[in-house]
Amino acid sequence: MIRFDQVSKSYGRNRQVIDDLTLAIAEGEICMLVGPSGCGKTTSMKMINRLVEPDSGTVLVDGRPVNSVDPIKLRLNIGYVIQEIGLFPHMSVADNIATVPVELGWPKPRVRARVDDLLALVDLEPGLYRTKRPRELSGGQRQRVGIARALAGDPRIMLMDEPFGALDPLTRAKMQDEFLAIQEKIRKTIVFVTHDTDEALKMGDHIAVMRAGRLLQYGTPTEILRHPADTFVADLIGSRKGLKLLRLLDCGSLMRQGAAAADLPVLPARATAEQALSEMLRCGCRSVAVADASGVTLGRLDLDDLIDRVARDD
Amino acid sequence: MDFISFLVAYWPTLIQLTAEHLGIIVVAMALSLALGLVVGIAISFSPRAAAIVLGINGLLMTFPSLALFSLLVPVLGIGSAPAIAGLVVYTQLPLVRNVYTGLTGIDPALIEAAEGMGLTPLKILWKIKLPLAWPAILTGIRTATVMGIGIGAIAAYVGAGGLGVLIFQGISRNNDAMVIVGAILISAISILTDRLLARIGDRDRS
Repeated sequence: MIRFDQVSKSYGRNRQVIDDLTLAIAEGEICMLVGPSGCGKTTSMKMINRLVEPDSGTVLVDGRPVNSVDPIKLRLNIGYVIQEIGLFPHMSVADNIATVPVELGWPKPRVRARVDDLLALVDLEPGLYRTKRPRELSGGQRQRVGIARALAGDPRIMLMDEPFGALDPLTRAKMQDEFLAIQEKIRKTIVFVTHDTDEALKMGDHIAVMRAGRLLQYGTPTEILRHPADTFVADLIGSRKGLKLLRLLDCGSLMRQGAAAADLPVLPARATAEQALSEMLRCGCRSVAVADASGVTLGRLDLDDLIDRVARDD
Repeated sequence: MDFISFLVAYWPTLIQLTAEHLGIIVVAMALSLALGLVVGIAISFSPRAAAIVLGINGLLMTFPSLALFSLLVPVLGIGSAPAIAGLVVYTQLPLVRNVYTGLTGIDPALIEAAEGMGLTPLKILWKIKLPLAWPAILTGIRTATVMGIGIGAIAAYVGAGGLGVLIFQGISRNNDAMVIVGAILISAISILTDRLLARIGDRDRS
């Protein structure tokens, strides 16, 4: 879907910001670009919608080099969210969201319907929020509108530059969960820049770890946790790798199917292994029951299985 | 001649002179605003050009207005033309400076978001930058207009008419009432215009 082919970029003579970057991002995935500030992650992302042009190498979208596409046309078909959100303060929420559809020349009724659908998608009551100004919204609400605005033209690709960076930890975790739930429905190809490794591990289908313009490692969260390419990546992930792995596994995939004792604590199949372990520690039991959304027992997860699966390399 | 009998005797002339004065100001401000917008927008894309243009404008403003009006007469003749040209020159600085600071004071994140979403530079200017710069531009229009109404009195000196006529004739005829009436009318127009423009600004904000 998106490919970087030996891309390099420097500002001036000595400041190499991107050094021979080659990277392929698959359709429908969230690719997290992670690394310390100045590592080139934002610059790389901006090459996809041509806000930055590479000195050498090619960026391809759908097999087409982006520099062969008119930048305005390219950008209208790529959603864009930045940390500061950049909602236009003189426009209503609806007009903000309608920006790209209006540019694309959609008829008015279709734009209106799209705005309401998107407000509902990001969990803002259309009747209540359509006419509000950005300054009347909380930080989290603004970010929801920012995401709705980026989705408005129904782009296949979304670029997100630290979208939750300015939110407090609680709102941030909530927005991450909600965004993952939205992505379940919309299945966009998402390039997501962050400097927060935990956010990368939580959100990413794949993670690209960058440092000083170079790609150090590209892999799934589990791969990166289990086999960090070098000490820099290992340090970036930080300590407690085992506990972080727990968050990547869900009860549904770890459990043994069948009946479970009635007195065990019950967790939904979507719950993480971390939640299961926490529940075991809380109740002093060595097993939890796993149930589906309607509460029907699916199986049982034992502590030994949990330890085996986290430790096992697969 | 005392104050009241002056007003009674001269009121048709006063109305005519006020109309002349306003006419000159309206034309001069329309031209000045058009020029100021073009120049202000143009220099907002280049900090270097901005420094030069704002510097020249500042310099022009320090030039004595009586001298400037007189120097324009050989070029533009006598009448409203040199008056209007002079007023345009004097009102450029507040206009250009406010258009410029209004446009360049916008949060860069907004411009980046607009650019990243695929708005053309012209669309960004029209839909984002100018509406956001509008309060600053309106302040510039207010300052420039009030200034122009005052300086407009000197237009009488180059034969453009207006309320300045009362002041100049009052001085040469030693008629204090005439000078005072001219001055008061000019002040009154300034204050009214200022209030009116301020109200437009308040209305836009809400």
